[in-house]
Amino acid sequence: MALLTFKGGVHPYDGKDLSKDKPILEILPKGNLVFPLSQHIGAPATPIVEKGDRVLVGQKIAEAGGFVSAPVYSSVSGTVVGIEPRLVCTGGTVNSIIVENDGKYEEAPAWDIKPVEELTREEKINLIKEAGIVGMGGAGFPTHVKLSPKEPEKIEYVIVNAAECEPYITADYRRMLECGDKLIAGLKISLSLFPNAKGIIAVEDNKMDCVNHLKDLAKDEPNIEVMALKTKYPQGAERQIIYATTGRAINSTMLPADAGCIVNNVESVISIYRAVAEGKPLINRVVTVTGQAIAEPKNFLAPIGMNFTELVEAAGGFKGEPAKLISGGPMMGFAMYSTDVPVTKTSSALLAFTEDEVAKYETTACINCGRCVSICPEVLIPSRLADYAENDNAQLFEKWNGLECIECGSCSYICPAKRHLAQSIKTMKKNVIASKRK
Amino acid sequence: MSGLINVSSSPHVRDKDTTSKIMQCVFIALLPASLFGIYNFGLNALIIIAVTVAACVATEYVYEKLMKKPVTVKDWSAAVTGLLLALNLPCPYGTENVIRMCLLAILGSVFAIVIVKQLFGGLGQNFMNPALGARCFLLISFTSRMTTFAMADGVSTATPLALLKAGESVNTLDMVIGRIPGTIGETSVIAIIIGAIFLIWKDVITLRIPGSYLISFAIFVLIFGGHGLDLNFLCAHLAGGGLMLGAFFMATDYVTSPITKKGQIVYGVILGCLTGLFRLFGGSAEGVSYAIIFSNLLVPLIERATLPKPFGKGGEK
Repeated sequence: MALLTFKGGVHPYDGKDLSKDKPILEILPKGNLVFPLSQHIGAPATPIVEKGDRVLVGQKIAEAGGFVSAPVYSSVSGTVVGIEPRLVCTGGTVNSIIVENDGKYEEAPAWDIKPVEELTREEKINLIKEAGIVGMGGAGFPTHVKLSPKEPEKIEYVIVNAAECEPYITADYRRMLECGDKLIAGLKISLSLFPNAKGIIAVEDNKMDCVNHLKDLAKDEPNIEVMALKTKYPQGAERQIIYATTGRAINSTMLPADAGCIVNNVESVISIYRAVAEGKPLINRVVTVTGQAIAEPKNFLAPIGMNFTELVEAAGGFKGEPAKLISGGPMMGFAMYSTDVPVTKTSSALLAFTEDEVAKYETTACINCGRCVSICPEVLIPSRLADYAENDNAQLFEKWNGLECIECGSCSYICPAKRHLAQSIKTMKKNVIASKRK
Repeated sequence: MSGLINVSSSPHVRDKDTTSKIMQCVFIALLPASLFGIYNFGLNALIIIAVTVAACVATEYVYEKLMKKPVTVKDWSAAVTGLLLALNLPCPYGTENVIRMCLLAILGSVFAIVIVKQLFGGLGQNFMNPALGARCFLLISFTSRMTTFAMADGVSTATPLALLKAGESVNTLDMVIGRIPGTIGETSVIAIIIGAIFLIWKDVITLRIPGSYLISFAIFVLIFGGHGLDLNFLCAHLAGGGLMLGAFFMATDYVTSPITKKGQIVYGVILGCLTGLFRLFGGSAEGVSYAIIFSNLLVPLIERATLPKPFGKGGEK
């Protein structure tokens, strides 16, 4: 049963007007490209090229490092100049393959592919795995793993997560308007893997133009439903979107497949189409470059590995002094101290703000107002969890269900005392999970 | 790009509401009741209100300065405590009595801010509502001065609740409007409701606590009041004494009420039953203050018992 929403949630300023009317612009990199070997959850990829090798566009340069892993492809032609740790958007360094771009964009030989109708289930999943597709909404979970549940016949819903509930980002919005046909084709490919599944495209109702466009495109597809969900953050969180579209609730110990659901992001579904129908690996993605400190906000089709600094230049550079740079959305993205990082498979946006709202407010005492409780989409007591986290009380933290936190950040957003609730809870969660593994 | 860039954990945006804005809302919401009190009891009421608010803010400032803690008077919480305490004091007649009441108000302010609030760790750490703690302290220590109610014309009269207790009849309409003796801010149901509507509109309070409080109190009075289905008696009890002020402004105090939604309803029901018990079977006519500070003590227990089930727990597997 579709409820089209969930309990709790917040309404941050959405800022999408800055970039929503900017068509996707293809952009070619000038400088060196950096391909981190960990752009996904799971084992890092293993390089299969060496320093000095010549690589082509679409050539595999690193092999998946295990089942839960994904290969990496070059997005340009050029020479491998090194394999070394490089700074990535999350603030750490990751072993990366560096390719010097020769500007020729010479393409690697295309894959031999059969028409989609003739492919078997295994062949399709294998193509998706080979293309290096991961959850491109931010989590980076390898898509072929998601599409291989133990009992495929028990999957009843394949959901395209097109909520794009993070403020400012318009990458999925532009994709839906400009490549709606590929999205639907990609969803049909995903649906063909599950005999009993129905397709759902879940869009927030602040994007009714996408809803109507997709409904129009899917009017002859009885097995695909386009749903307009209530606009509310975090509508696009996996557990919340499953609840909103199907009425099923899962917790931290369950996978979407346990509720008969598979959830994929818009960009991932389009990549599935490109891999299975066109035989092309994942080498680019849509990135929104926006924020008050960007001169001309834009949506780019950016090659993976391209330097963020080049994207900022292509968006007219900085307007005024940027106070904060964020990779991803303002609610869950990572603050960066440099734009000298590469676009990865999970980079949906680069935001530059002229003012840092976090630094603007000082933290004051918690007055127990309960706003964090009333908005928590996981029905937790964030203020108490943060207390337990700050006192390093793992026992009470777990008893009060701290491990159920989805780290959406709504509690920190709403807190009138400006406590760093999500930060404390996230840190504690990591510690508790780590101590359990011991 | 030359300047330094801020780096912090997500989320990177914040809602505009702050603690101080919430406290200001509560202060504004108490103004209708305060203005009615001044209209009802004369300018003496204004003097008492001004002295109490100033005393609370000054106490907080001096204490924090002396203890070398950051000064937090800007968060308006001391001002709200002061105003609430003033609205819970009677307004006597005659200059000398007013001066004495002001001295009591200052004593109460120091008690509220230092003993009830700061000694437990300041804002957010007190287990009892500071204004009510101070009121009960004054009520026990200076019973006669705290329970002598005079109108603006100087005639001392019994409050409608005391009349009810004595088995006499009262004019319910007067009680709703507030033309009755009582403490400065508790008499007018209409003025209190106006403030409460403002708070609900501003999302500062919900109806969970006041609603369950008033409903359970009404049921308690119907069952144990000994008047059967006497609506006049019931309305007089609802409109009389500190019930309305307590239900909307003191039981809803964030710090001393449960944070869980279910807990708030349980808390309201306990308040309703205790108030009924104190009023109908207790020694004094009034019972709201004691009911609230007693229930404040139960909050940690209530919270533990009403921990909500997280999203998806026990779901289909």
